[in-house]
Order: sequence, then structure tokens, then C-alpha cells
Amino acid sequence: MAQPLLSVRDLVVEFPTRRGTLRAIDKVSFDIQEGEVLGMVGESGAGKSITGAAIIGLIEPPGRIAGGEIRLRGERIDNLRPEALRRIRGRRIGMVFQDPLTSLNPLYTVAQQLIETIRTHIDLSEREARARAVALLDRVGIPAAARRIDDYPHHFSGGMRQRVVIALALAAEPELVIADEPTTALDVSVQAQIIDVLKEICAERGAAVMLITHDMGVIAETADRVAVLYAGRLAEIGPVRDVITAAEHPYTRGLMGSIPTLTQTADRLVQIPGSMPRLNAIPQGCAFNPRCPEVFGRCRVERPDPIDRGSRRQVACWLYDTAKAEEAGNV
Amino acid sequence: MLAFIIRRVLQSILVMLVVALVSFSLFRFVGDPINSMVGQEASIEDRAALREALGLNDPFLMQFMRFIGNAAQGDFGISYRLQQPVMELILSRLPATLELALVSGVVAFIFGVGFGVYTALRRRGWVSNSIMTLSLIGVSLPTFLIGVLLIWVFAVEFQMLPSFGRGDVVRVGDWWSTGFLTHSGRLSLILPAFTLGLYQMTLIMRLVRAEMLEVLRTDYIKFARARGLTNRAVHFGHALKNTMVPVITITGLQLGSIIAFAIITETVFQWPGVGALFINSVRFVDVPVMAAYLLLIALIFVLINLVVDLLYYVVDPRLRADRAAARH
Ligand SMILES: Nc1ncnc2c1ncn2[C@@H]1O[C@H](COP(=O)(O)OP(=O)(O)O)[C@@H](O)[C@H]1O
Ligand code: SF4
Ligand SMILES: [Mg+2]
Repeated sequence: MAQPLLSVRDLVVEFPTRRGTLRAIDKVSFDIQEGEVLGMVGESGAGKSITGAAIIGLIEPPGRIAGGEIRLRGERIDNLRPEALRRIRGRRIGMVFQDPLTSLNPLYTVAQQLIETIRTHIDLSEREARARAVALLDRVGIPAAARRIDDYPHHFSGGMRQRVVIALALAAEPELVIADEPTTALDVSVQAQIIDVLKEICAERGAAVMLITHDMGVIAETADRVAVLYAGRLAEIGPVRDVITAAEHPYTRGLMGSIPTLTQTADRLVQIPGSMPRLNAIPQGCAFNPRCPEVFGRCRVERPDPIDRGSRRQVACWLYDTAKAEEAGNV
Repeated sequence: MLAFIIRRVLQSILVMLVVALVSFSLFRFVGDPINSMVGQEASIEDRAALREALGLNDPFLMQFMRFIGNAAQGDFGISYRLQQPVMELILSRLPATLELALVSGVVAFIFGVGFGVYTALRRRGWVSNSIMTLSLIGVSLPTFLIGVLLIWVFAVEFQMLPSFGRGDVVRVGDWWSTGFLTHSGRLSLILPAFTLGLYQMTLIMRLVRAEMLEVLRTDYIKFARARGLTNRAVHFGHALKNTMVPVITITGLQLGSIIAFAIITETVFQWPGVGALFINSVRFVDVPVMAAYLLLIALIFVLINLVVDLLYYVVDPRLRADRAAARH
């Protein structure tokens, strides 16, 4: 396979606190190919947002990347100096946040914010940047874009504002867009439209998308592949069809159970009892072991690394360890 | 917009009426104006006649209305102590106070905002920590103590700056006298302006810092960073502008209190302004001057408030609801 657009290897993110260091992300690895849509799912607190923040270098101190590498087209970006990283943000990696009501600066018009973003990254005159901004707004579906562009954010509804946010994230034509729960704060009636706009416009420009959500329905319809995070660790990653129709990790199976539209019968709905452990109370071995219906001895002692399961699919669960079991015996 | 202005103006008038009532009450409850005007030897009949002539036997409301009518025309009567029209006295002292307040206000604003922004952006540096510690001293030391300390250091020990008075002044126009145009006038301003402005500066600085830290945590600042805007654009374009919205209100009100607080500074530095005039009038129970001073300070507060509200309106587009209501 060709060189991936984004490659995350053994990423570790830590937050030093008074009561010791919290590991929010613990050795997470995944790739995103050119133009691909990678869905990222997991319960609230699983580390989805922190993963996104690590990629664009916006983890808030004292939090820090404590290990691993992040590469964009093979070039390391996790250890860049702040100015070099700033040039990548917006220009090569765009970001869409959850809440469109608070993502826009209330004191500037949409035009001012778009033009400022475009001209920060691309050498254009004010007039050219404005023309580009209008075209972009029009493309994300703002009616009468040429006129509305001079309005302030509070003149737009939530759905319209999220379109503006998407326009801003794409203003300098990034190769990768990280969308962190872009529809969670929106009215249900407009959620699908926003996802469609995001997906279409990224496809059109060849931009890859890392779509963070806890809505498996959205993943099923939108993503090419899906990564499942649990307690800061990668549980499973693979093509959407495979993961949805034949989830392998016991946690993923539980998650899939929570979307009735995809499973045929209601009795297949699986509930996962218990809740995700806090970062300072992650059990030894597999992080999922206290809740896992298939837990066995080894799970409580050794942490499972992701195990390759066919084409571009990995599962971090001892149930799938066959070859490695023998290896382990020899060591 | 128009409705907003009308409402604010009506509120201002109401406030002025209340203050006028308080000022007017001074005449009735603080000393006896007749005693203040005539000598010990005046007969009871003379006093009664004067009382009648001054309308002091009229019903309260009538007297109050007369007071307001006169005040609106700038007539506050004659000072008991100096036997001069009160308005003339005040106008002759006003430029000194306004120039002092203006300089302190501008200095307090510029340094307050500057230090506030600096300490918010460089939260952990030793410079920030020093500024914060010094600012604590600034808010906790009483004004007169700061004034006396400054006089001791700069006027007595180093003999660099004058310790009292306005220096030479130049007349500009009919009644304005300015100290800005002479060397001694400018030198004389430094110590009192610093003394008067220090408290306001630390207040503004702490406010700006707190507000800016708050703004820096908002989503739109995160999103601005995520778009790769430069630190300069994020800090001074996006964060500072949003910080200033609430700061404007407080700062404007501070300007009013600078004029009110000038009383202490003017006394310490023997600054010939309205504050010193007021202190002297209190000492001599010169009720007309006290009443006029109270009304003047209230008027300044009310006017500043009005301007601040309008500024707020100009800065924050969300308040300009005229177009917003129709859209969505
Ligand atoms: N500033 C911080 N300090 C300490 N822990 C943090 C901080 N920010 C996030 N975390 C922790 O990191 C974990 C992952 O958070 P996040 O990525 O926001 O989860 P989500 O998957 O819901 O987006 C959470 O357990 C959270 O408590
Ligand atoms: S490793 Fe063990 S505990 Fe963890 S998911 Fe697999 S079976 Fe369950
Ligand atoms: Mg999140």
C-alpha cells in the first residue's frame, strides 16, 4: 500500500496532575490513507478529542505528547517547532469542532474570519480572498452567500454556523480534516445534511477525513474504515463493513449492539454492563477486562497489543492471539 | 437603537433627580443656612424676614423644584464661605481636576490593559509574577500613603519633582486654564497623576487579565488556533477584542471614580481642583458648594455611563439586534 497520508504510531499523551501522571492516550497506532474517511468511535472520555488535538499539535499544557510519532506524508509533525506546526494547521490539516455556536468569534463577520484564514495561508489579495470565501460559503450551502458573508455569526442558525465552520476549516484546502463530533450539538433534523456537506466537499477536494463521533449510524454511512477507542487504547480498527457486520473485539460487539438499525433483530442488542474506567483506575492487563463477557486469565495480567486480522484490520484482544501464544511460550 | 438611547437618557434623568434630592436635603439638615449667612448679632425679626425672602418657608416640594430649576441653569447660589457664585468657583477649579483625572485615566488604561494582557499571555514568567505582586500592593495601600511616599522619595529625597500645586498654568479660552503647556505644569502633574491612577491601573490590569484568561479558553480561540492563525492574530485580533467588551464598562466607570477619588489626591498634593474645594467646603459647612459638587460628580458619572453604554453597543454586534431579529 502507498505511503499513508497520516500515520500515528504508538501515540502516548499524558497529563501530569498533582496525584500523578494520567495517560489519556496509551500507545495508539493507526493510518489514514489519502482521501479516506476514518471514523473514530468510543464512549465519552475514551480519548477521541485528545487524539485529534495531538495530531494538530493543540494539546493544552501541561498535557503533552509523551511518546510515539505522528507523520504527515512521512514527515514527522509531532516534534515540530510551534511556528512550523502553525503553518500546517489550517493549511494541511483542518479542524471542525463540536459546537458551532461557540466556534466562531462573535465580534467578527464571517467574511472577516474567512478572509483572515485564507490570507494567513495563501498569498492572495483581499479581493481575491473574498471571492474565494464567497465561493466556499456558496459551496457549503449558505444561500445568498455573497450577501450573507458580511453578517455576524449570531445572524446564522446552528446548522448554518456549522456550515460556516466547515468553510473555515477548508478555507486553505487542507489534505486532512479532523471533525470532532461535528453534529453532536446540532438539531437532529440538520445533522445528516451537515455530514453530507462535509463528506461531499472533502471528497471533491480529495481531502481525507478523521470523523470523530459516538454515532455508529453516521460511521456506517460515511466512513471507509473505523477505529474503536477504549480508555485511551485502540480496541479495534478495520473497514466499516467488516467491523459492523462482524465485530471481533468484545467491546466493539457491545457497541454495535447499541445501533438497532444495523442489527436485524432486537434480541441481538447487547448491553455492556459497567462503565469505562477512569484514567487513574485502569485495570492491569486488558483495560476492558472488568466488563468483558469473555474475559479469561491472561486478560487480567497482560495487555493485548493489536493483532493483525486480515487486510488492514487489527484487534487488540487475547481471543485472537494464536501465533503469538506460541511465541510467548518461547521467550 | 433610538429606543435604547431614549430609555438610557430617561434613566439618567431619574438618577440625577435622586441625587438632586440628596443634595437639596443637605440645605435642610446640615446646619442652618440663615445662621451661615448672617452674623451672630442679627435679630430674630431680621432672620425671619430673610427666611421669608429666601423662600425657606415655602412647602418642601416647591423649594425642591426651585432648586432643580436653578441648578439646571447652573445657579447654585452663593458660597457661604467665599461669597462668590458657586458655579464660578467650580468652573475655575474644574480644569485642574479634569486634567489630572484625564492624565491618570489614560495612564491607568494604557498600563492597565498592557500589563493585564502581558500577565495573561505569560502566565508563568517571573516578570508576570512581579507585576502581580506589585499590583497587590497597589490595591491594598491607601491612596494618601502612596502620595506621601512618592512625595518623600521624589520631592524630598531626590528633589526631582514638585510636591504640591499645579505649577504654571496658561489660560485657554474663556475659563479653561491648562498646565499641559508649561514645563512646570507637566512636571507637577506626574506625582499626583500616578498616585491617583495607580489604584485604577491595578484594577483594570486584574480585570483584563482575568477576562483575557477566560477568553483564551473559549472555543473560538481554539478554533482560531486550529486554523493556523498566527499567535499575534489570535492574541491581539481575536482574544483582546473580546476581552475589551466587558472591560470597557468597568473602565468607563473607573474614570468616574477617578474624578471622585481625586479628593484625596488633591488634598495630599494641594492640587487646586474641585476635590480640594469640596473638602474645604465640608470643613466650613459651605452647603451650596457641597450640593453643587455632589450634583457635578453625579452628572459626570451619569454621562460616562451613557457613553460607555453606547460604546458597548458599537463594539458588540450582538447588541445591534435590528437585523438579527428578521433573519434565521
Ligand atoms: N486537561 C486535561 N487534564 C487531565 N485530563 C484530561 C484533560 N483533558 C482531557 N483529559 C482526559 O483525557 C481523556 C480523554 O478525553 P477526550 O479525548 O476529551 O475524550 P473524548 O473521547 O470524549 O473526546 C478523558 O478521560 C479526560 O478526562
Ligand atoms: S483481551 Fe480479554 S478482556 Fe480484553 S477484550 Fe479480549 S477477551 Fe475481553
Ligand atoms: Mg470529545
